[in-house]
Formats: sequence, C-alpha cells, structure tokens
Amino acid sequence: MGILDSKVPAGPLADKWTNHKNHIDLVNPANKRNIDIIVVGTGLAGGSAAATLAELGYNVKTFCYQDSPRRAHSIAAQGGVNAAKNYQGDGDSVYRLFYDTVKGGDYRSRESNVYRLAEVSTNIIDQCVAQGVPFAREYGGLLDNRSFGGVLVSRTFYAKGQTGQQLLLGAYAALNRQIKRGKIKSHTRHEMLDLVKVDGKARGIIARNLVTGEIERHSAHAVVLATGGYGNLFFLSTYAMGCNVMAAWRAHRRGAFFANPCFTQIHPTCIPVSGDHQSKLTLMSESLRNDGRIWVPKRLEDAQAIREGKLKPTQLGEGERDYYLERRYPAFGNLVPRDVASRAAKERCDAGFGVNKTGEAVYLDFSAAIMRYGTEKALTSGMKNADDKTIRALGEEVIEAKYGNLFQMYEKIVDQNPYKTPMMIYPAVHYTMGGLWVDYNLQTTIPGCYSAGEANFSDHGANRLGASALMQGLADGYFVLPYTIGDFLSDDIRTGAISTETAEFDEAEKHVRDRIEKLMEGKGEHSVDYYHKKLGKIMWNKCGMSRNAKDLQEAIDEIAALRADFWENVRVPGSPDSKNQELEKAGRVADFLELGELFAKDALTRNESCGGHFREEYQTPEGEALRDDENFKFVSAWEYKGEPKDAVLHKEELKYENIELKTRSYK
Amino acid sequence: MLITRFYSIFVPLNTQLMSALIKSSLARKVVMALSGLFLVFFLGQHFVINVTSVIAPDTFNSWSHFMGYNPLVQYVLQPILILGVIVHFVMGFMLELQNRAARGGVKYASYKGSANASWISRNMLISGAVVLAFLGLHFYDFWFPEMTYKYFGDNPENATRYLEETVHKFEPIWRTVLYIISFVLLALHLLHGFASSFQTMGVNNKYSSAIKTFTKVYAIAIPLGFILIAIYHHLNPITH
Amino acid sequence: MKLNLKIWRQKDATSKGQMVEYPLKGIEEDMSFLEMLDVLNEQLINKGEEPIEFDHDCREGICGTCSMQINGQPHGPDRLITVCQLHMRSFNDGDTIVIEPFRAKAFPVIKDLIVDRSAFDRIQQAGGFVSVNTSGNTLDANAIPIGKDIADTAFNSATCIGCGACVAACKNASAMLFTSAKVSQFALLPQGQVEATERVQNMVRQMDIEGFGNCTNTGACEVECPKGISLENIARMNKEYYKASLKG
Repeated sequence: MGILDSKVPAGPLADKWTNHKNHIDLVNPANKRNIDIIVVGTGLAGGSAAATLAELGYNVKTFCYQDSPRRAHSIAAQGGVNAAKNYQGDGDSVYRLFYDTVKGGDYRSRESNVYRLAEVSTNIIDQCVAQGVPFAREYGGLLDNRSFGGVLVSRTFYAKGQTGQQLLLGAYAALNRQIKRGKIKSHTRHEMLDLVKVDGKARGIIARNLVTGEIERHSAHAVVLATGGYGNLFFLSTYAMGCNVMAAWRAHRRGAFFANPCFTQIHPTCIPVSGDHQSKLTLMSESLRNDGRIWVPKRLEDAQAIREGKLKPTQLGEGERDYYLERRYPAFGNLVPRDVASRAAKERCDAGFGVNKTGEAVYLDFSAAIMRYGTEKALTSGMKNADDKTIRALGEEVIEAKYGNLFQMYEKIVDQNPYKTPMMIYPAVHYTMGGLWVDYNLQTTIPGCYSAGEANFSDHGANRLGASALMQGLADGYFVLPYTIGDFLSDDIRTGAISTETAEFDEAEKHVRDRIEKLMEGKGEHSVDYYHKKLGKIMWNKCGMSRNAKDLQEAIDEIAALRADFWENVRVPGSPDSKNQELEKAGRVADFLELGELFAKDALTRNESCGGHFREEYQTPEGEALRDDENFKFVSAWEYKGEPKDAVLHKEELKYENIELKTRSYK
Repeated sequence: MLITRFYSIFVPLNTQLMSALIKSSLARKVVMALSGLFLVFFLGQHFVINVTSVIAPDTFNSWSHFMGYNPLVQYVLQPILILGVIVHFVMGFMLELQNRAARGGVKYASYKGSANASWISRNMLISGAVVLAFLGLHFYDFWFPEMTYKYFGDNPENATRYLEETVHKFEPIWRTVLYIISFVLLALHLLHGFASSFQTMGVNNKYSSAIKTFTKVYAIAIPLGFILIAIYHHLNPITH
Repeated sequence: MKLNLKIWRQKDATSKGQMVEYPLKGIEEDMSFLEMLDVLNEQLINKGEEPIEFDHDCREGICGTCSMQINGQPHGPDRLITVCQLHMRSFNDGDTIVIEPFRAKAFPVIKDLIVDRSAFDRIQQAGGFVSVNTSGNTLDANAIPIGKDIADTAFNSATCIGCGACVAACKNASAMLFTSAKVSQFALLPQGQVEATERVQNMVRQMDIEGFGNCTNTGACEVECPKGISLENIARMNKEYYKASLKG
C-alpha cells in the first residue's frame, strides 16, 4: 500500500459502503455544535456538502469566488444526471451503472468508490425531487429518462437542457435554508489563497475578499475543497472564465497529492474557435450525435475550396464526403465515446481536411435525419407523395422539437442556420478526471483536508461518461462526505475553537501577502491573458488530444520558461487593496503555470494510452488506444517537492476484483 | 437639485408612513388595483346615465335627480367615491415616488424604456395627473354648483333642471375640447390600468385573455362614448 | 469595426463615478460583446491604465453573472440572451455604445460595471427552499406523480438565472419577476405547497426590505428576461400572497 492508504473497507463490494457506515466513527449531535468546517466552492459538491454538514449540526463557512453560490459552473451542465433507478425497467441496476462507469473510465478508477457512487445515485433523484427540482416528466406524471453515450440503458434524468442548473439551484436552496438557520456563514466574492495546517492537520484557510482586497484568516476543524476542475489550464475550454485550480493547488503545495493530472476530457462537439479574440468555447450537447452525421470532404482540394469560401458543403454529393466515424467504427458509428470521437476529428483536421477558416472543424450534418424524420412524418400525416421541400420542412420541425434551443444557440454564435447548412464542430476541453488524490473517505493526504466533486480524482478513471459529473458531485456532497468526515472529526470533540492567532496562520498569511506583492511587482511587459493564452497553446498543441514523448518534454521545458518569464514580466495594474480582476487572474494563471508542467510530466510518465490520455507511441496498428494494464494499472499521485519537475510519483495500484479488464472496442 | 432634495426628505418619510399604514408592497398594489376597479365601475355607471342625456332626456333628469337626492347615494356612496379617488391618487403618487427612489442615487445615462414597455404603462402618472386635473374642472363645472344649489341657499328641488344645465356646459368649444383631451388620456390610463388590476389581483386562469380583451374594449369604448356625448351636446345646444 | 464606447467608470462603492469615452478599432463581427471588452482591456493594460471591471463567468448564457446596461437595455438590444451571448454583429461600424452598470438602490455599484446583487440571495434565503433534510431518506422520486403540464410550467419558472435584468429594465427597479419565479416554481409543485404560506410572505417581506420598487405591470421585465420568464409568475405570486394573507 505504501504511503497511500485508500482505506477501502473490507468485505464484498456490495456491502462495503454499508459496513463502512456501520463502523465509522461519528460525532454526536451535541458535539457537532462545537465543530467548524470550511467548505470552499459552492457548486453541486460544495453546496450540497455544506448544506448537509450544517443540517447535521456542524458550523459551516462557505467560500466562493462568484457573487452568489448559485453561479458555480455546475450550472452549465446540460444533459442530465445518471441514477440506477431502473424506472424504465430496461434491466438497469447498481451493478450495471458501476460496470459502465468503470469501463467508460478505461479501467483507471477505484472499484469501491465507483460502486458506492452507483449505490447512492438513486438517493440523489429522490432527494432532488423532494427539494422541488423540476425534472422532466412523462404524460403519466412519472419521471422521464433519456439515454446517453457508452451505455445500453435509459438512466439519465434531466430537466430539458438545463439539468445542471436545476440541480445546482436545488443545492443552493438547501444551502439557503441553512444560512437562514444561521448554521452556514456564506462568504461570496472570496477566494482561498492558501491552506493552513496546524500539527499536520488542515485547520483553516487564508482568503482574499475580492471586493475589498482584504486578506482574511478563517479557521476550522476541517477543510473541504470542492473547487471543480482545472480545464482552464488550456485557456480555451467550456469552463467558466473564473474556474481555476488555486485552492487545490495550494493544498497540493501544502502536502495533498495530486492524482492523474493528465486525465482530461476533450468533448467532441463544441463550437469551433473563430479567431484569436476567442475567450471561451461553447459545448453542443452530446445528444446531437444521435441524429447528426459527422463528415469532412473526401478530397483535399474540396476541403481547401471550402476553407476559402469557394465551395459550400451542401454542394458536395454523398460520394464526395467522408463519414469517417462510420467508416472507422461501423458498429458504433457517430456514437463512439467522447475520447474516440475527439481524436478522430483531430486526425482528419491534421491531415488537412478541416472545414473552417482555421482548418479546425468538421461537419455535423442533420440533413439525413431531417429527410428521414420528414418522410416518416409525411407518411404518418397521410401524405403519400410529398415533395422534397415538404418532407424537408416536416423534418426540420421534428429536429426543432428535439434540439431547438441548441440550434438557436449555434446560430447566435456562428451566424449560420444549422437547419440549412451543416454545423461545424471541433473538440474542446470539457472536464478533468484528475484532481486531488482522496481515499475512500474523500480525505486527501492532508488529514482534515477533504475534496469532493470534480476537484478530486476518484470516480471517472481516464474518461468520464456523460451525465456522471452531476451524479458524482451530489453523491459526494449529500451522501458521502458528510458521514465520512465524522471519522476524522470524532477526535476533535474536545479541541475547542481553532485560533487564527498562531504562528501557522502568521506564516500562511505572510506567504500569501508576499506572493501578491511579487505578482504586483512584475516589470509589466505583458498582461496576464498574454501568458494564459501562451500556456493554453502549449497545452493544446503538446498535451491535448494526442501526446508523444518529444512534445511532452518540450512542453515541460516551455512551460517552465514561460513561468519564469511570467514572474519576471507580468503586468498587474491597479492595487491589491481593492477589487482587482487582473490580480485575481494573475494568481490563478501562476498556479496553472505550475500545474501545466506537472500535467505534462504525468502524461510523459504514463507510457500507455487510456481514455482521454492518448500517447501516439502506444496505439494499435489501426490507430486505437493501447492500454498497458501490466505496468500502468495505477493511480499516479504526485507529491509536491518545490518545482513541478521535482514532484515525486506515488502509485496506488488499482485492484479489479469484480470486473474483468478488457480492451474497449467500438468497431 | 430641488427635486433631489425633495426626494431625500419626502421619500423616507413617505416610506415610513406607508409601511406604518400598509405593510407590504403587494398590499399597496392591491389597494391601487381595488380603488382603480371601483372607479372603473363608477365610470361605467356614470356613462350609462350620460347616455340617457342623448337618447332619453326625461330619464336623464329623473336619474340625475335620484342620484342627487337619494340619501344613500349622497351620504354613503358619494363619500366613498371621493375617498376612492383620493386613495387612488395619493397611493399612486406615493408609489411613484418610492419607485423612482428604488432606482438609486445615480440614474441611467441612457434608458430605453420604449424598447420593452409601452408609453402608456410607463406614464400612468402623466395620464393620471391629466385625469385628476380634469376631475378638478369637472367638479368645478358640476359638483360645486350642485352642492351649492342643494346645501347652501334656499333652492327648491327641481327634477327637470339637469339636462339643460349639462348641455349648457358644453356650449363653449374650449370646454368640449378639454373634455375630449381628458377622455383620451383617461382611455390611455384605463388601457393599462384596467387590465393591470386583474394581473395585480393575481387573476391567472383560462379567462385571463378574455378579461384582457374586455378591459381593452372597455378602456376605449367608455371614454369614446363620453367624447361622443360631449360632442353631441356641443353641436346640439338647447336654445329657448 | 470602429466603435465609440461610453463606459461608466467608478473606483469603488463610495467614490463618485462618471462616463468615460473610449474609441475602439479593429473589432470583428464574430466577437462576443464581452470579447470586445477584453480587447479594450488588453489595450488599457498595455497603456498602463486600469482595465474596466465587469462581471462575467460562464460566457454561455446560464450563470447569470454578466450584468450591464447596453444602450439603455439590460444585456443589450437582442432578446432572450445575456451579454455574453450578444455578438458584435448586432452593432454597426461607427456606432456609439453606452455601457452602464445595472442601476437599482438594492444593487449598489462595487466597481465600474460590477454591482452587488446579494439582495437576490437574501430573498432566496428568506424562503426559496423546501424544508426537507438532505439525507436522501425521502419518498421515492416517483411516489407523487406530477402532471407534465405542471412540471413543465414549474420548470419554466425555475429557469431564472438571477441575473437582475428584470430589476435593471423595470422603470421602478422592481424585483417582482425574480421573486415570483421562485414562488411560482414551488407553488406549482406538491413538494412546495406545504410551506407555501410562509414562503411567499417571507420572500415578499425580504424583497421589500431590500428596497426594490413596486410592480406597475409595465411588462419590461418579461421582455428583457434572458430566459423568457413570464408575467404570469407575478400574477401567481400575487394570488399566493393574498391567499397567504387571508390565512394569516
């Protein structure tokens, strides 16, 4: 087991969580009143954890950089939330959800955690309905389900295209209820800048009030980090502009191991980059791949002509198009998992077949679906000899009913009508499976420091399935962490309030102040965004959808050089003692510049291809990912030792006792 | 400058006064709606009587006489009506002040109200003020002389004088024009106010759109009727 | 594109602010409005000036963070979108664009275009929840069937993103649309009906305390709402409120 103790309970898989809850140390209700907990981040995981902890009786302080807890980026999740309810009676079960998730993660996740996730998934739906979350329903009044990629059942609950929003507002409501009771003190527009350890335990944080610039000390008996993923490392991503790794990275620097940093999900269907000014990428839901066919021109000269605006995609006949997913993966076609679809798009564009100005886009074409639905509709409406125009109009109606809001969003951004001309899409960074290493209790390697939701590494292995992020966030927050944290806190019933007037807090605050001062002292050559964009380019080109040893080594060197340049030459205007968005960004980018290097190092170390991590050296003759279970069936957990290049790797061997390891095939 | 100072003194005072009287904003809104509806109802009744001045002069005289001398009308309904007008006006004015204060100390440099709401709905204060001014004239024309006739001096009851007095008032063109302008503004006031009162009272069911249509028709038809009556009397003076 | 921007600059909550003019060149039609401001900020930073601070986060129209009055309208001239979804192709070369923070007594300016909307949080804290414990030990999710129509209507009310455009657009700076959307969502669902009386009273009371104006049914909020929340919600809240008042 080495230094990493995953604390997985003994016993059969299905009984582990129940047994664990039966034997874990708890804190009695009277004592909970004397214990404080800090929760950083108020998305699905943080919001739900804070609400439940407060409800159990702990005194909770929440922190978020947004102006309201309701704005955490969980809100942007579109598709849905998985749960093994088996309401559809299609053979779903806890085991099947567990199995799909482990397989989808390409066998790089911890069995026991995933099983627990599947087990509590059903509670999520009950809980959210009780809170008044307006899930989609059928005419009979019962909950509706849809199906998602990579699975054989219908288990995804949804609220139109805004499931994340509705679930987050549910957690926000639960949070508000506890704020009203005085059990939660909410700190909005606050950013955690450091973790404070006392006697080796996490006992508080240093935070900056983003409105006044004040540096504040907050103490507690435990600290929960639910601060989301670090995809903004790539500058362009589907993340919110403010998403950052600071809290997790600060904890890492204080001793929390960072796991699998290179496991990043690149979502295949996003709106392509339109120019250098671009600040953000927008996702088009995975559900579009049910009806859209993905293609590029067969001939290079056609692609060239399209890029130059001399040719329109609609002018190319069937024979002149290359439906490359259908060609390469006849069994799954356009519905291959996200990592596979993304790589295939990149392969075609790299070969010169890209279809927009920048050459980085492929078509997602609905014309076949429009005609198919149109014909069906014409027949069912009793029109036997409908002409093409009528059929097309009818088909467009059907497509509009299914995807209307997505099509409208596309048209707003791209200014093209996707009913008439194929959509252009390209992969974009969407989710990070890696994160702080946690044990079965969701505790990091720092005692008292916990991590929940996307911020931890625990459940998705090397690739996450659609609609599982919301499930994990709420499972961690509502049903797991509030109980497992008792195991640690049971030792603290006599500790009493933690003072902030100690040497440890002095040291942490000084560290924070020095760092801010240093950021403000840059020579002022370039703005923060300049560095962020440069970092993003390195990450995207060398640590993106496919990686190789040479590129990764170059990335490591380039990022280190960029980091040095940043600290020397960054320009942060304004004052640290007031609202200062450039200073906020500078602190975040500074941490990305360290994480980026560790990311590349992790990718370089992992000499195999699995899930979202594709190493060009490790592929089958057909260009598919080649996993190496013999040598890499482990979680990489990195220990901070100063510079990222000095980070030390610890391995948590993954044991598969209930699932047989297989090669994923979608042919 | 003066206005700002006026706000700074009056608004807190007004807010305190209002919150002492009526606790919530929704309650204040319902007072506006109910008093407004009451006035709308009165308007309809007034209109019916006025119609008779054109089509049945004798009925007009006898109904007017009834209204003028029936104790229930005079001592109960009339004060309620006046109270209704006062409440509607005072509350409306106070709400307007409070609403302006809710924007805060700095106003928009550019505010495109017309982009998202009708002129009528945004300027109820203006249409209301015109209607109020008209009420002043109307009282001066009819109510004060009537009160003077009945309660000051030794005048006998005369059930046949009403029509002639009324028609006589419309002889000057200026008064007729003023009446017409006022009724146009009244129509505008009602166009927003009448339908709005149902929204305020929370009417939200399958009849909502029918109610809306009815209020629109009413808001135009009744003032238009008043206008036509005024024009009719102007064109048909009673000469002896 | 060449633009002439007039932007509200204000150092902090206590300082006096003013409109400042910024000519800007080289803007592309495909840029979003916020990306146009990014370009301006990059130029300001390189000139050694302080960039314009504005609230923004998801940049895909769902978080409700971005908040500015553009040429006299919240979120600019287009309908059913937030500022981050507004693109420069909605403007013409040579246009003058006036950019101000949302104005309301209850939304004090923090800096430049950033306002404090915590009043909205406090309204939600007053009653925008169902008092159910989060232990998961509740009824099965399908124990209470809810008609599709009602579920869909409740969903439509629930899509409010709390951006504050309703307040910014309303000539009275009223928060009725925001408050009523949450009251409606719960009033429609059986789970919310248990606490309906207290909820509407508490939320309306808090709304009044925050200093928002009174609703005069102009309908500006509905037109400017990026999520198309309907005025019916206000009627529903009014009804709920009177019902609650009669119950006491």
